[in-house]
Amino acid sequence: MRGGGPPTGADWVSRDAWKGRDVISILDFSRGELESLFKAADAFVGPPRPRKDLADRIIATAFFEPSTRTRLSFTTAALRLGAKVIDLSPDVSSILKGESLHDTTMMLEGYSDLIVMRHPSEGAALLAAELSSVPVVNGGDGSQHHPTQAMLDLFTVRRLKGRIDGLTYAVLGDNRYARSATSFLYGLTKFKPKMVHIVSPETLSPRAEVVKQLKGLGLRFELGSDLEKVIGAADVLYLTRIQKERFPDPNEYEKVKGSYKLTKEVLAKGKGGLIVLHPLPRSTELPYDVDSAKAAAYMTQAHLAVPLRMALLLKVAGGGEA
Amino acid sequence: MLVRKIPDGTVIDHVPAGKALSVLRLLGDPQENGFTIAMVMNVNSSKMNRKDIVKVEGMEVSPEQVQRLALIAPRASVNIVRSYRVVAKKNAVPPRTLRGVLNCTAPTCVSVREKESAPSIFFLSGRSPLRYRCKYCGRELAEKEISSQLG
Repeated sequence: MRGGGPPTGADWVSRDAWKGRDVISILDFSRGELESLFKAADAFVGPPRPRKDLADRIIATAFFEPSTRTRLSFTTAALRLGAKVIDLSPDVSSILKGESLHDTTMMLEGYSDLIVMRHPSEGAALLAAELSSVPVVNGGDGSQHHPTQAMLDLFTVRRLKGRIDGLTYAVLGDNRYARSATSFLYGLTKFKPKMVHIVSPETLSPRAEVVKQLKGLGLRFELGSDLEKVIGAADVLYLTRIQKERFPDPNEYEKVKGSYKLTKEVLAKGKGGLIVLHPLPRSTELPYDVDSAKAAAYMTQAHLAVPLRMALLLKVAGGGEA
Repeated sequence: MLVRKIPDGTVIDHVPAGKALSVLRLLGDPQENGFTIAMVMNVNSSKMNRKDIVKVEGMEVSPEQVQRLALIAPRASVNIVRSYRVVAKKNAVPPRTLRGVLNCTAPTCVSVREKESAPSIFFLSGRSPLRYRCKYCGRELAEKEISSQLG
């Protein structure tokens, strides 16, 4: 459903800016639009009340890659708003017979009012959005974008720290292939962080095009490989697992496997008020004994996915209000 | 080395050394349509150290061909000749958008995996050195990669 593009001028932050819009990259959204989303999501935090806002809408979920939180939180959000949900399961659909993304999208467009899609190919959601007359929400495309995860992550920071601006962030892990990390960094460009430390083993540093984009957007960041050097300054530590499934060469994965880990001892060097976020699932980088630390905020982050995605669905598939 | 002047046609100067044949391919191999071609290869150049020159007698290149030329010869100058006089001089300007011309080098890009329904689309992201960015995955192609795909 591309082509409408974001509104300009005085209408930039109007409530209708979201209506019918594709959600492909967080870079497509202004700060004002993100803030209006967060404000709307605030209203959905807490005990749920039955709603019928989307009672006449059908939401299609099409996940060509495994998912727990994104798929289930979108489904829960849709159901809580009274929508009906249909689900394309690639393992029992014509995908197995070799059906193209083109034809699959054309079917989903005819059967639903909004498509939430996850796909292993970069650009898949954008292609689907170009083909579809109903909005497409990108639930992750290869190692490129995961816009609603980034919106959720920023929403979590805002709720737990009271603001997004002026904080110091450390983004630790697979900053090369983890779309959550890339999208979080892109999301930070919409705000004014004090500093962003991008920490990863050298081979897991952000891709050249991402670094170029971050520089072009004026983000204050430093690349490094030692968390202990920066954890004392951080207000937010964003951690990702190594994306084993995206390594073109399994030998390269073996070389970096287990190369970083957030232990309780390292966490103890952080300042008071530090929060640890992780998009999950975790691997060895986040031991379970960290869960009891005061800083551990990743379960709260995962739970906030429902109110955030309720607000998003209502804005995109509803009347533009939330 | 002396190459005679052409009465009518196109002279393409400042072609990177070794790329004259690629230029001809990009122009649709005009020699196969009966046009006379002259090529001077690997000559001294004050601007480029070494360069090639291509002359096509009787054929004037189109604006679209001049744009495409910029992909393999970003600093080329194109002279249109009529009655032994240069009547127009154009610099190769790379197109802002390329559809179906280049292939993305990211193996997991949707334009690679769904080639039949996703046309390759690239946006100009740098002129010197020349760079194009894939619309779908954001991967940039450097000048050498562009040149080798077309050459």
